[in-house]
This record gives sequence, structure tokens and C-alpha cells, in this order.
Amino acid sequence: MRAVVATLLLAILALAGCQREERDTRPQSARGSGEQPTPVTTLEPGGQRPPGSDNKAASFEANAFHMSEGKRLFGWFNCSGCHANGGGGMGPALMDEKWIYGSSMESIHSTIRDGRPNGMPRFGDKIPDDQIWELAAFVRSLGGNAPSSAAPQRNDDMMAHPSENRMPDAATLGKSP
Amino acid sequence: MKRLLPMAFAAAGTVFLQGCAGWQSALDPKGPAASELAWLIWFFAGLCAVVWVLVMIALAAPLMMRARAQAQPLAVDAGADDRKLRVVMIAVGLTTAILVGLTLLSFFADRTLAAIGSDAVLTVRVTGHQWWWEVRYEDATPSRILTTANEIHIPSGEPVRLLLTSNDVIHSFWIPSLAGKLDLIPGHMNVLDIKADKPGVYRGQCAEFCGAQHANMGTFIIAEPRAKFDAWWNDQLQPAAAPTADEAKAGEELFLRRPCVMCHRIGGTPAGGTVAPDLTHIASRQTLAAGTLTMSRGNLAAWIADPQGIKPGSNMPVVEFSGDELNAVVAYLEGLK
Repeated sequence: MRAVVATLLLAILALAGCQREERDTRPQSARGSGEQPTPVTTLEPGGQRPPGSDNKAASFEANAFHMSEGKRLFGWFNCSGCHANGGGGMGPALMDEKWIYGSSMESIHSTIRDGRPNGMPRFGDKIPDDQIWELAAFVRSLGGNAPSSAAPQRNDDMMAHPSENRMPDAATLGKSP
Repeated sequence: MKRLLPMAFAAAGTVFLQGCAGWQSALDPKGPAASELAWLIWFFAGLCAVVWVLVMIALAAPLMMRARAQAQPLAVDAGADDRKLRVVMIAVGLTTAILVGLTLLSFFADRTLAAIGSDAVLTVRVTGHQWWWEVRYEDATPSRILTTANEIHIPSGEPVRLLLTSNDVIHSFWIPSLAGKLDLIPGHMNVLDIKADKPGVYRGQCAEFCGAQHANMGTFIIAEPRAKFDAWWNDQLQPAAAPTADEAKAGEELFLRRPCVMCHRIGGTPAGGTVAPDLTHIASRQTLAAGTLTMSRGNLAAWIADPQGIKPGSNMPVVEFSGDELNAVVAYLEGLK
């Protein structure tokens, strides 16, 4: 009797292995979610403006699947052409603690979507919105701003810097504050 | 009833055997490599079946026979021992001979397979991607190098050398009617020589689990007479046909302005992405999305409108087009013969 129960429990346990990670590959709307501009500063004539926030930011930030997709797209869309694996070249470095337009998901998303002065092109028409969020999540992980348990691991080819899950937090240089 | 049951099983068996024919079957060989392998399969199976039946008879016979009553069960009969020893020796000898024979057959079959491509003139580089095949025809003249996807045209009756590698995970290239399977390994080049005896379309399938859409990673070998193959190659080298109708012109503009252009290449336009299938002559291919859909206007539209519903997890993202925009893009792609 016990053996039967144990076997049944084992079978149920084995069934749990059929559970697949849920991945949202079919977005509700592929168009830009928030078309409202993302503020770069909190200074605002006439008082404080509420900071623009997007519920997509929270669902993409620190999500392992989305960050790894972002890493793939970062290579595919030739971001390295200017940002050189995050180390910076023609475009600014992405793995340091300097964020010209802020380090939030919303800021990076709007940088990619709308472009920025002095060279960053606008990709709003060219990249579906969810992929922009994936890229933003990955760009944040370049500076060690993502949990190491979720950030992408080593590349298949030669690496210019430690993999994203081993990057020290650029803001604190790896030291706890 | 007792008689009917085995007959029913036999009838069901012949139904299953029907599955062994067709454009994707190792038992329906259409090339020298597959013929060699099919012969080997049948010979091994036949010989092993005979051996199995003989062993079963040898096992069953003593069980069926009634033992003779012996007056002295413990008495030693030297003659009987000798006879048993002789039978065992003969069986061991036969087994050794059969195993050595099968090994030799397999060895000579391998030699035949290795010799198929020794005089191959055409080299095709096949790169596996999740979940499609990139096909590149090599040529000494750089302007004649051709990149296409999922369909491999070859001249019939001529050996073709395939260089197999992968861009992401391990895939496996298997055209059962033409050759055995061989893995596509990232960072490593495998060489497979194939030859199709007669013109025809032979289906292949990724044979190494490679992710969510492994099952929808088909490929086709299209064997044609040499003249037709050369004409096909020359056609494919041409830049994409410029659209003439207004709708198709609008479609081209949309293609170049919207996300399509980030990944796909269309020769003769600024679209130069190399991470997704080359679309220069997409309408000349028979299928879409690596053998998932047949090529038609409706399927093109469906694939663009909802790739994640048709092939969940594939790298083709959902791009939001309005109905008119979608029609225009499809009209443009449909014209890329």
C-alpha cells in the first residue's frame, strides 16, 4: 500500500516537470504603450509633475527571459556599432554609473523609442514596443543594476567584459553602500 | 475470433507500413546514401529476425518436449556432455561469424557513403537557426554567392557537399530519403555529402531537439535537372522585383519604415538584416516559416499578423499593422518571385 502511495506521489512529482515557464511572447498591443514623454528632470514650471511611469517597466525589469532577449536584440540591432558592448565608443558607455537621461526603465525606453540629441536615433517605428522594453531591461543590467540571479550569463563568443550577472554595480563599484 | 485477431493486427501493420513511403522516409530511398542505408536496415533486421526465431525455437523446444524418465538421474553420460559442448561451440562460432559479417557490411557501407561526395562540384553552407535554415551557395565568384532560406535546390544526379553549422543551439539535418542525419553544432563544421538520383522534392526535419518550435523546423531538398538548377540560381541572384502596383509600392515603403527591416534582407533595397530569413525571392519558395505554412497570400498575412500564434516563441515579433497596411505589405512580398 505504502509503495503504491509513494509511486503515485513520485508520478505526481514527475508531472510537475511538465510545467513550462510562462513567456509572454504575444503582446496585447505592439504599438508604443505610453506615447507620453518621459520627464528627464523633476523640475517643472508651476510645481511638481508626477513622474511618468509605465506598468510595463515593472514587468520587464529584472525579468530573466526579457533581459536575455534584450541581449540577443542588442547584438542583432547592432547597438554595439556605437555603444561597443556597453563600453562606449561613438555613443556613451552603458556599463558605467553615468546616465545622461536617468537610469530608470522609462528613461532608457524613451531614449530608444524617441532618440536623444547628438546622435541617438529614434527606433520607435523600427522596433516593436515590447522589444524596446527588453532592450531597456538589458541595458540596465549592463551596469550591474539587475539581480545577478536574473541577469544574462556568459556569451557564446569572446566577451569584452564580465557577463552581466557578474558585473559589479557601477553606482557603488560593487561595494555595499 | 482467435483467427481474426492476428489478421486484424497484420492488416493494421500494413496500414502503418504505408507511412514508410513518401517524401520523408528512410525506407523509401531516393539517393545512393539512403539506398545503402535502407539496404543495411533491411539486411540487419532480416538477419536478426532469423536469429531471434532460431533462438526462440531452441528455447521453446526443450520446454515443449516431455522429459524422458531416467533410471539414474545423477549418472554421468560422457557422450551427451560432448554433444552439448559441440552445439555450444557451433553456436558461438556462428554468432562470431554473423557479428563480424555485420560489422564488415557496416564498414563497407560507410566507405560507400564517404565516397559519394569525393567529386562534389557544388558546396552549400547550411546554418541552423531557431527555427529555420539559412542556406548559402558558395562560389569562387563572390557575386554569385547566394543566400536563401529553408529550401535547398540541388542538381539531380550530382553529388553536393553540405557544410553544416549552427548559430545558436545544436540542430540536426536529416533528409531521410537522401541521407542519414548529421548534427549542426555551433562553432563546428560538419560535412555531409548528398546526392539525389532523380528530380523531386524531399522533405527534411530538424532531428535534434532545439527548443519550443523544434517540430516546426522543416526543410526541403528540391532536386532539378542541371539546366533548371542553373536557371534557378541565376534568377535568385537577381535583386528583388521592384513593385509596380500602388498597393505593393506602399507595401515596400512600409517594409522599409517599420520593424521588418531590422532583421530581414531584400536584395536591391536598403533592407539588409541578416539575422532572419532572406526575403529577396520569398514568393518563389513553397513554404513559409520553415515548412510551417504553404506559400499563399492568406498565409503570408496570417504569419505577419500573428507569428506568435502560429509558431509560439519564434523570433518573429508581433508587428502591429492596420488592415490596409498589412494588405500592402503582403501585396509587396507576394510580388517577390
